[in-house]
Amino acid sequence: MEMRTINFKSFIPKVGLLAVLATGVLLQGCNGSGSTENGKDIAVDADAAKAVYVAPGKHDELYSFLSGGFNGQVSVYGIPSGRLLKVIPVFSQFAENGYGYNEETKPMLMTSHGFVPWDDLHHPKLSRSEGMADGKFLYVNGNNTPRVAKIDLTTFETVEIMEIPNSAGNHCSPYPTNNNEYILAGTRFSVPLDLEKGGVGDAGLDEYKEKFRGSISFIKTNEDDGHMELDFQILVPGFDYDLANGGKGPSNDWVFFTTYNTERANTLKELNASQNDRDYLAAINWKVAAKYAAEGKTHEMPANYYHNTLDHGTHQASSKVIKKVRYLLPEECPGMMYLIPAPKSPHGIDVDPTGEYMVVNGKLAASLPVFSFSKMMKAIKNKEFDGEVNGIPVFKYESILQAEVKEPGLGPLHTEFDGKGNAYSTMFVSSEVVKWSLKDFKVKDRLPVYYSPGHLMIPGGDTKDPYGKYMVVMNKITKDRYLPTGPELMHSAQLIDISGEKMKLLLDFPTLAEPHYAQGIPANKIAPNSVKFYKLADNKHPDAVKNEKDVSVTRKGKTVKVRMTSIRSHFTPDNIEGIEVGDTVLFHVTNLEQDWDVPHGFAIMGANNAEALVMPGATQTLRWIPKQVGIFPFYCTDFCSALHQEMQGYVRVSKRGSNVPIKFSTGVKKPVPPATASVSK
Amino acid sequence: MAAYLKILMVLAALSLGLLFLFPMWKIYLEAPQYPEGLELHIWVNKLSGSNEGVLQNFNILNHYIGMAPIYADSFAELKIMPYVVVFFMITGVIVAFVGKRKLVLGWVVLLMVGGVVGLVDFYLWLHKFGTNLDPQAPIKVPGMTYVPPMLGSKQLLNFHALSLPGWGSLGILLAVVLALLVFYLSSKPKVAIS
Repeated sequence: MEMRTINFKSFIPKVGLLAVLATGVLLQGCNGSGSTENGKDIAVDADAAKAVYVAPGKHDELYSFLSGGFNGQVSVYGIPSGRLLKVIPVFSQFAENGYGYNEETKPMLMTSHGFVPWDDLHHPKLSRSEGMADGKFLYVNGNNTPRVAKIDLTTFETVEIMEIPNSAGNHCSPYPTNNNEYILAGTRFSVPLDLEKGGVGDAGLDEYKEKFRGSISFIKTNEDDGHMELDFQILVPGFDYDLANGGKGPSNDWVFFTTYNTERANTLKELNASQNDRDYLAAINWKVAAKYAAEGKTHEMPANYYHNTLDHGTHQASSKVIKKVRYLLPEECPGMMYLIPAPKSPHGIDVDPTGEYMVVNGKLAASLPVFSFSKMMKAIKNKEFDGEVNGIPVFKYESILQAEVKEPGLGPLHTEFDGKGNAYSTMFVSSEVVKWSLKDFKVKDRLPVYYSPGHLMIPGGDTKDPYGKYMVVMNKITKDRYLPTGPELMHSAQLIDISGEKMKLLLDFPTLAEPHYAQGIPANKIAPNSVKFYKLADNKHPDAVKNEKDVSVTRKGKTVKVRMTSIRSHFTPDNIEGIEVGDTVLFHVTNLEQDWDVPHGFAIMGANNAEALVMPGATQTLRWIPKQVGIFPFYCTDFCSALHQEMQGYVRVSKRGSNVPIKFSTGVKKPVPPATASVSK
Repeated sequence: MAAYLKILMVLAALSLGLLFLFPMWKIYLEAPQYPEGLELHIWVNKLSGSNEGVLQNFNILNHYIGMAPIYADSFAELKIMPYVVVFFMITGVIVAFVGKRKLVLGWVVLLMVGGVVGLVDFYLWLHKFGTNLDPQAPIKVPGMTYVPPMLGSKQLLNFHALSLPGWGSLGILLAVVLALLVFYLSSKPKVAIS
């Protein structure tokens, strides 16, 4: 701590220091008035405002995708402005647009545990071509109920969610290989696997060491539609698998996974999983694994997991339940998996742009070890092993180690790279970002951040060619950074200029829920492909109506289907009669608009779910079961036009068995009225 | 008539083919909430726009002021005009092969008359749509009509309308200019002989 204080002082100009003191006096002076502003941001450069100012009507230079953690969503921010552009619901129901509430998207949230309308979304990863983010898809993980989802970046919609069997806490996920050959997903919790009956079996918690196993899933994908398919799993020793990252260049065929709890403790892990001085960095050659799987080295076991996909033609999601899974055992597959001893309970593993260095962020360690890929290859060749675990060879720490970054700070969690030979690591405990060199492994600069950073992101910082201009640091603790909002605060991100020798703090911006990781990509990789509206002609929804003449209200038993349309500024039909208490009414609303940014909402009184928010050319279905007799208004919720407020209608609900005939209409031709009052100029 | 003049006359006839490749007229609409603009393209045989939804969007916006919806089917002209153009193209080629000056003149005069008729017809339609408004329209501004400009720009409530000929019209202009050129040049040799 002493060392840090000195460094901190050394880079604040004397004038700045005086200003800090002055501010301190002022703050003390106005404590009574309730001000709790932070004096530390005095270190911000005068030209910071210019660096982040995106003039009205101008666009940001980059898109960034920040995970939402416990909100189950992805937030899209513009960089450098820090403006929130979009919230993409993935694992959570989203009343705002009906996701997970309407009949079309409900299947997206189906799992073997039933309908799971929430998850903890941790790591976004952009799809890749030739080792670079290609801007086609974003993959994200559901941590709590193991799932991997895919977001289509032409529509910014979740289009696929796959449940991961034999996993518990899908934290170490999802990691695409350099050409999207595989998306890898490792389990955080090891669990007893029932190889006969499938899935997670029953075992005593004191049988952890003997019966619990981890799994790493290999999800196959393809470049065109990115469609996912669980190809096989590797059943690995019962550690906790924390994070992963793929190699690049020479290490292209490898993926590295940090592990903790190699003690295999089942209780009070904060203590019992922190006993070994070294845990492991697991190295898996995914190409060798794929080859073993192709050669039939796999075993098969029963499984039960959901694969949900949204069809862009029908705008409907459907679920497929898959009943078996193939797995490889490392002990039967020599050359596929190795273990590198790493400082105790490591968190992030990050591979530098050249693919030569693997940086292990040992959150409890005093130094930051950097491993060498070429040394690893040499050790494999020379069989320099130090025993094995479950048939998996373990290297000697020293024979793989390239260097240790000394006194990096306290609590290193994650590292990213700028492509100019520098690495940047977050220090959770000492609340700073540390810049160090991959040439001499010495610390070059440090910058305090507010407070306790978790992940950091340099656009492309996990690829072979980073966009080394900006860095976004995602902090876990906010406290006094913004106006107070009661006990619950937004998390805070900080934008830092890394183009120069010294890091420069540019901007604070609040972020939704808890971002874990993020991805950034130049805007021109995504913006030109963004869909403006869906083509009505291509809408293949079975209940879509493409012309107002074709709307219908039909009864079949207790179910009434209303196939209706919306267009500025009316619904067709807007008068519906013949509904009875207890009917299940399905409002299939097609938005006939073919114009950019003209969604129409649909809300009806007493609905127990949400609204429908229908994009132009799309169809959404809201299920409604009226419980009372009466007239129920419905209306458009999205201010669509000057006559939006008139975009409303009525449903008449009669008592059960009243046999009021089905009747529906919009507009009645009336005789032309005499000229009356009109809109004034 | 010299061979090069016959070729020029054939070119005059063929330049009318531009009408099938490009719109005759374009109406641009701009409003605060339409930064990308709306373009209605009038062809010799169809209506289109800067994207597929344009006609529908024109109609949605127009229905508030009670303008009748615009449908391609409402215009018999769109069915007749292609035949007229093809007629001029074929007769133009025949005129070129026959190579008679008077026929060239007759052809170009007829074409110019056709063009004027087209422009008058276009103006009448604009006038009809702009003034024949539904008395039940939600938005009524006393004394206001919505005749779009035929050429040039005009402010219509929140919309700034700009109307300009398209490349297709250039085809007609080119045909007229080339045919007149043929007529003019073909007279010179006679003067020289006399």
